Amino acid sequence: MQNDNINEYLSQSFTSFKDWDTTSDVVSFQVSAAQIIDVLTSLYNEFGYQFLTDITAVHYPDRSKEELCVVYHLHNLRTRHRLRIKVYLNIEQPDIPTATTLFSAANWMERETFDFFGVQFIGHPDLTRILNVEDMDYFPMRKEYPMEDPTRVDKDDEMFGR
Amino acid sequence: MSEHHIKLPEGSIGKQTTTINVGPTHPATHGVFQNIMEIDGEKIIKTVPTIGYIHRAFEKIAERRPYYQVTTLTDRLNYCSAPINNIGWHTTVEKLAKIEVPKRVDYMRVIIMELARINDHIICNSIMGVDTGALTPFTYFFQERERIYDIFESICGSRLTTNIGRIGGFERNFTEDTWRYIDRFVESFPKMIDEFEKLLTRNRIFMDRTIDAGVISAERALNYSFTGPNLRASGVDYDVRVHEPYSSYDDFDFNIPVGKKGDVYDRYLVRNLEMRESYKIILQAIEKMKELDPSVYHADVPEFYLPEKDDVYNQMEALIYHFKIIMGESDMPAGEVYHSVEGANGELGYYLISDGGRTPYRLHFRRPCFIYYQAFPELVEGGLLSDAIVALSSINVIAGELDA
Repeated sequence: MQNDNINEYLSQSFTSFKDWDTTSDVVSFQVSAAQIIDVLTSLYNEFGYQFLTDITAVHYPDRSKEELCVVYHLHNLRTRHRLRIKVYLNIEQPDIPTATTLFSAANWMERETFDFFGVQFIGHPDLTRILNVEDMDYFPMRKEYPMEDPTRVDKDDEMFGR
Repeated sequence: MSEHHIKLPEGSIGKQTTTINVGPTHPATHGVFQNIMEIDGEKIIKTVPTIGYIHRAFEKIAERRPYYQVTTLTDRLNYCSAPINNIGWHTTVEKLAKIEVPKRVDYMRVIIMELARINDHIICNSIMGVDTGALTPFTYFFQERERIYDIFESICGSRLTTNIGRIGGFERNFTEDTWRYIDRFVESFPKMIDEFEKLLTRNRIFMDRTIDAGVISAERALNYSFTGPNLRASGVDYDVRVHEPYSSYDDFDFNIPVGKKGDVYDRYLVRNLEMRESYKIILQAIEKMKELDPSVYHADVPEFYLPEKDDVYNQMEALIYHFKIIMGESDMPAGEVYHSVEGANGELGYYLISDGGRTPYRLHFRRPCFIYYQAFPELVEGGLLSDAIVALSSINVIAGELDA
């Protein structure tokens, strides 16, 4: 089956490939930030994964040295298969190369991931905040930031508690 | 004087070109988003879109809400076709918790989703007419939307942000009123859409404005991850309902209209044809539902679907289930799932990670509007300003889905 070919090909060609997981609804695996663009390129050229569905990130504060996980969802429109690729990054230096050279759609997806999690995409043409105001100095979707702004003094939660 | 965050291009004051600001409050935009355009006469040299005016932090809020309360957030994504977003969320949770719903619930969901799709396409095509100056088709066609809103109101109580359905089915069965409203819609829709097409489709002015405006080729559209009618107008027949059928869509017989050139006229025609296909699906669903038991409107999942109030007051197990669900103690398995539905604008995806707790650990919405709006500069640069306005309304950007 095609998925087994991908498993074999990637495990032979890329040293950081691991955690091939077929238990969830979409087949997923993990690679390192240094090899992600080569993995995406070979999936694009050799296996027909030419549609980038989404790029997003998840914050796992309990995994030390690997807190931020950038998740790519790819789709092969001809064989109707999806793939999920995870790249774990250290929150002290969350650098990962940009996918905009391969997919134009990655432009705003990476800007959104940067805006909310602080992931630095190296080589991105314009890595600025997209949905939040430009002078915000923290990354709101990280788990340490509460949903409400704690610096506000006008809302009284004693009367309208949650 | 407050400082403003709009960055004018370098040295633009002394230049030959003019910098104009289309939006955020502009009659031609369906919502709040901004384009700063640099134009030379009427030709557009460069345009920079700015979004985020209606960002409401749904993904952060969803981490604090139990699963049944996230539905109200999904309403407000693409608010023109809110039922599709709601049912997409319910099917995502059902995929994670491995709940199977009965056929009749699937068919009820299909009827509601296709009505919502017709709703959204009516708005898009009528507004395309308005942007070229044709106000009449808009005023007459919106009467159909009133009929669709009557149907939604009789099921869930509200018209726009519907919060329709529950995890496992619907909150109440379709009443006699609902069937009456559906029959009324089914009777009047074909004549209305024929009238609408007669006014616009072969209209000389409309065709001159829209043919060869805002063109995007199939390769560029795929590279920009376009989905939905915009991609189909460029020639690629990717439709989630056929690719990965959900909610028993594979039981239905319908076509996928596909365009050739990828210009504004093709998008208009594809949406018109899709409305007719949706109408066919609704008729087939009504037929199929006649053979099923009419009292079934939800799955038998007491851990997620609230029991009847009568039972809650009289039976112990129902009381316990009611308490567990409201308090958020239902056993949601840990895991992650990506589920997508065919929204009116394309593949609306939900990436849900659960850690077994009462709220999602991470919920991400794959919003089609956000993804294809980044191609807007490529659609309009080099063209005229009036083509840009029509192109903007043809790709159907809904601000709620853009920003989430």
